Amino acid sequence: MIEGALWRRWVFYNIPLILFVFVLLFPFYWMIVTSFRPDGELYRPWNAMNYMPFWTNKPTLEHFRYLFEETDFGRWMVNTMFIAVVSTLISLFCGVLAGYALARLNFPFAGSLGTVIFVTYLVPQTLLFIPLAEIIRDFHLGDTPWSLILTYPTFLIPFCTWLMMGYFKAIPKELEECARIDGASRWKAMLYIIIPIAVPGILSSGIIAFTLSWNEFIYALVFLSSPEQKTVAVGVTSELIRGDVFFWGSLMAGALLGSVPVAIVYSFFVEHYVSGLTGSVKG
Amino acid sequence: MTVTAVPDVAGRRPAVRLRKLEDERWLAFALLSPTAVLLGLFIAYPFVEGVLLALSDAKVGDPGHFVGFANFAKLWDDNIFWTSVWNTFWYTGVTTVFKLGLGLWLAMLLNRHFRGKALVRAFILLPFIIPTVLSTFAWKWMFDPTFSVINWTLFHLGFISQRINWLGDPGLAMSSIIVVNIWRGVPFFAISLLAGLQTISPELNEAAAIDGARPWARFWLITWPLLLPVTLVVMLFSVIQTFADFQLVYVMTGGGPANATHLFATYAYQIGIGTGLLSQGAAVSLAMFPFLFAIVVIQLLYIRRVEVR
Repeated sequence: MIEGALWRRWVFYNIPLILFVFVLLFPFYWMIVTSFRPDGELYRPWNAMNYMPFWTNKPTLEHFRYLFEETDFGRWMVNTMFIAVVSTLISLFCGVLAGYALARLNFPFAGSLGTVIFVTYLVPQTLLFIPLAEIIRDFHLGDTPWSLILTYPTFLIPFCTWLMMGYFKAIPKELEECARIDGASRWKAMLYIIIPIAVPGILSSGIIAFTLSWNEFIYALVFLSSPEQKTVAVGVTSELIRGDVFFWGSLMAGALLGSVPVAIVYSFFVEHYVSGLTGSVKG
Repeated sequence: MTVTAVPDVAGRRPAVRLRKLEDERWLAFALLSPTAVLLGLFIAYPFVEGVLLALSDAKVGDPGHFVGFANFAKLWDDNIFWTSVWNTFWYTGVTTVFKLGLGLWLAMLLNRHFRGKALVRAFILLPFIIPTVLSTFAWKWMFDPTFSVINWTLFHLGFISQRINWLGDPGLAMSSIIVVNIWRGVPFFAISLLAGLQTISPELNEAAAIDGARPWARFWLITWPLLLPVTLVVMLFSVIQTFADFQLVYVMTGGGPANATHLFATYAYQIGIGTGLLSQGAAVSLAMFPFLFAIVVIQLLYIRRVEVR
């Protein structure tokens, strides 16, 4: 990279970058500060003399206590985790197999099926949520975790398949042919030779699928109704807002805790996440 | 004899099945069937069901009758529907331009060597990773009319003299929502475009610099054309997600004040689920389809043209 004097580097690179990082991260800082701030400090108008936005002198765990004792927050976390893990596993299973078939097998309509997968990848949840709610009710799945576990794969499978196709295409054909010559059957060559090599791809798809299902909102909002069945995002939205009253402290505490599992998974697998994300747009 | 024949038959059956899997067509069929079943049940079937629903007068608890295009005719005369259409296009257009511009800028800032680069890259993706509904609540709190930290900051910097009601004013509310969407989308653009930038050999830029090309010319004549394929795919995803967005508006304003900030999806939710007019809601949702279809077709054709070139 061609760079000039020190002041130029600050003006053109460092200061803009610091501003970007500041704006991108500030809402999270705000979330953290709010969730530890006692109500007395929280509900001071912005133009009050003692409004102290960036720090709090008397941090409190009151909002977290409220969350666990007065709402089903613990249940919501467990529900969300269960739904995200199971739907991710289902999607990985389907996506890996389908990706393998589309990337490495010769069969009629392989190309057009690939296109179909890509198009379903682009179908937004908001297009189908009303008829889907009817179908969920007809199947007697309403208000159960299975309503989400079975519908989340509709956007996760196309994503996993698409990503895995890329990974499988990059593995040389010769590897499989060697295994076949040594006497392995077609599907054994897939299971024992090709899939183990694609593990990084499987990990990337799995992590992104997990964050996507943790993030999903409209299906959970429409399909679930009783408080103890809800996911974090829906529970926080519906139980911590009563009419016009927002329980801001607990809302922020819930948002903070609800983000933790995703943040942990992400922090352990940043590289996989990024390579999956960029792999998915290379097409 | 018959007794020994039983385990023999049972033992051979799976072998026959496995031999069938040697044929690539059978193997492909077996591998694709779980996906086909799930996508068929929960995408294709709901789509057909949605079309039928939109052509009926079904309500919650009432299957309704076929009414043809009555629901769509009703939407044609519905001012709120047209506001949502306009909002959706405005929202998608404005946010995409900013996400692309800022994302590209951020990608270029990150495309050099400096200490802590990996850490910065990991942190800036957070807005994209953290569940949208949860982070949007943080923004809603920041935009709160009485307790807004943004008002406090602007006041102390001397930009404003009285409070701004960010989400209560119809014009400002949409702009506030747009800001949050840009905030959430920039990291995705930046990280994807950064990956694209890293595939461009720095020697190209250096050679052009030696030949006397100014930075601006180097950007337009080297970086931008080479980055275009990745940019287009990123934009395709972003445009569709934004066009069909729900969560952000639902949390920030719920479509208010006075239905001024509805998008297709939030209006469909309000009618279909909120008031229980399923058929009318399904019609609003479905009205999104021709636009989405057009966006996908145009972008895919354009991507293909760029890639061929």
